[in-house]
Amino acid sequence: MSSVTEMSVQPPAGFSEKIFEDFLSSRNDPGWVVELRRTAFEKYCELLQSELDPEEWGRIDLRLFQPDQYKIIEGSDSTDQFGSMLLERGEFGGHITHVDGKSQKSELSEELKSQGVIFGDLSELVHEQQELLQPYFMKKAVKYDTDRFSAWHAAFWTSGTVLYVPRNVEVKVPLHSLVAMASEGASDFSHTLVILEEGSSATLLEETVSANSDTNGLHVGAVELIVEAGAKLRYVQLQNWNEKVWHFAHQCGRVAKDAFLQWTIGGLGSRLAHIHQDVMLDGRGAEAEVNGVTFAVDDQVISFYTQQSHNAPDTRSDLLYKEVLRDNSRVIWRGMIRVEPEAQKTDGYQRSDALLLSKTCRNDSIPGLEIEADDVRCTHGATAGRVDEEQIFYCMGRGLNKYEAMHMIVEGFFQRVFDRIPVEIVRDTLSQAVEKKLQLGD
Amino acid sequence: MTSVLKIKDLHVAVEGTPILKGVNLEIRQGEIHALMGPNGSGKSTLAYALAGHPKYEVTSGSIHLDDVDILELDPNERARLGMFLAFQYPVTIPGVKVADFLRHAVSNIRNPDRKEGEPLIPMREYRKELKGTMAGLGMDVEFARRYLNEGFSGGEKKRMEILQLAMLKPKFAFLDETDSGLDSDAVKVVSEGLNKLSGPEMGILIITHHERLLEFNVPQFTHVMLAGRIVETGDASLAQELHANGYKMVRERHPEAAAEEKEELETV
Repeated sequence: MSSVTEMSVQPPAGFSEKIFEDFLSSRNDPGWVVELRRTAFEKYCELLQSELDPEEWGRIDLRLFQPDQYKIIEGSDSTDQFGSMLLERGEFGGHITHVDGKSQKSELSEELKSQGVIFGDLSELVHEQQELLQPYFMKKAVKYDTDRFSAWHAAFWTSGTVLYVPRNVEVKVPLHSLVAMASEGASDFSHTLVILEEGSSATLLEETVSANSDTNGLHVGAVELIVEAGAKLRYVQLQNWNEKVWHFAHQCGRVAKDAFLQWTIGGLGSRLAHIHQDVMLDGRGAEAEVNGVTFAVDDQVISFYTQQSHNAPDTRSDLLYKEVLRDNSRVIWRGMIRVEPEAQKTDGYQRSDALLLSKTCRNDSIPGLEIEADDVRCTHGATAGRVDEEQIFYCMGRGLNKYEAMHMIVEGFFQRVFDRIPVEIVRDTLSQAVEKKLQLGD
Repeated sequence: MTSVLKIKDLHVAVEGTPILKGVNLEIRQGEIHALMGPNGSGKSTLAYALAGHPKYEVTSGSIHLDDVDILELDPNERARLGMFLAFQYPVTIPGVKVADFLRHAVSNIRNPDRKEGEPLIPMREYRKELKGTMAGLGMDVEFARRYLNEGFSGGEKKRMEILQLAMLKPKFAFLDETDSGLDSDAVKVVSEGLNKLSGPEMGILIITHHERLLEFNVPQFTHVMLAGRIVETGDASLAQELHANGYKMVRERHPEAAAEEKEELETV
């Protein structure tokens, strides 16, 4: 390190070594967490010296990203009302809210508590549930040393949502997690950790929101989804920050034998979002369905780097991303299906469809396969197209005005992915979000 | 009052090439007109120009529905006034259910001043009507839950057009080769459907170069188009004559238009 002192890239002002030490002493984390943070901080400083992986980051322009603008606020007294799109629509078995990186409140129904379900803030649960969480937290799914963002997150995470469901417990009502930013220059390092024990099932709906439309913010997050044998998890993340937020996320699901993960990502907000999404099919018969709904407008850049890893035989993965772009926006999807030599009889599928509503938007879709087993079925595809003038004319010929026609065509475009989402409130919410975005152009 | 659609000396160009060269035609509500003519004579161009397709440029002439100058209106405004084009090649709109699409269409056409976001026709009332209409046309209700024309056979697409016609009840309907590409059973279904819908409230222009559709829907007027003009008008017997003998006689009777047609074909 010392030989490169003059050249070395320092952490941003709000995340310096001094601030890191202050941060550590301001918190009352247990030893194992402190240790992990220290290792991660060191790794973060080290990784800052090297370039990001060009395969993952080559198409993303970070030159306008100014990390010095952001700092850890750890909570705000904000009593802002966050426009939760999900909350008003349904019944939940519990919910938790985080604002500017601090958990404000969490609730869980008595019934679920009595069944042994744990739902709450990571900062508290690392104390109370150390034995339970330590083997999982940043060890099995998201690794702290993947790149500078995972290390940054592991060093500075502040709060997070934990859901634990014991063996064979079926949680029938969805749970809700709201992650919000309110203050100018705030950063959100929230961490979501879901552990579903054998044979259990649950649905977690998470959304990220900004208190208003013009505060700058930074999200460096992680999502870890552990689905043990025969368990069934539905997880939805609706990313709905304002268009000033920089969003970097490492997200990983691990699916064991005969387990099922249905994962839906809504990419609506942020100025620039990059999501590194891994789905690991680790046990025989594991299955994952990944749905993506993205709507980019103005100068938004939304990027996904997805990987479906088939690590065991008889596994199935099915990824469908649908992207609508308008104005000068850009959507990048780079997807990979990886099949290990032992993962025979794998069925892997990935597809990305983009609908371009302007001449100045741009979509890059790059599917990929890496197959080392010889008895598999893997298919992939990507399409990009514009709204067909003949479709518009047809709709107008039936009395719809031009915007109504356009709206109908866009909603129809998303319908195939909505059809795969069995949770009605999610479907309705996504459809309303799409509608809202469309109206900006009116 | 019976509405009248008046087309006067209509000239239409597509991408700068003149296709229609002075079409005159008058249709009243309740009348059935057949428009026949060889390929490339301009029949579909007339249909698209009536519906207001942006690629079909009206270079001179006029179209009026009663006192309203149609050429000033967007396609959706024309539809709301009661004009309807049954497409030769209906487009597919993936992910949009037939029932949802038609509910928007019906709401706009019955309430021509409706703006986007304003209430649609009440669901119960609409469902009942849709179900009834489909039953009347011998269609399976399941059809309404499918995505518009997605994976439809040729015959199903044309039946879909007839269903829309039935729900929207236009004053003037233009059927652009609704019988083309269908087997005889499908033609029968579509023909019977149209026959049920026609009546004193609807003026119909049937564009065809066969006459199968006309067996069920006997026209009071048959027009023959050649090289962008209507060169002859007669009654149903003219359609039968054309069906039996083709356009040879027509070309002989109108050597100038035939020469023009030949010239156009050669330049293409």
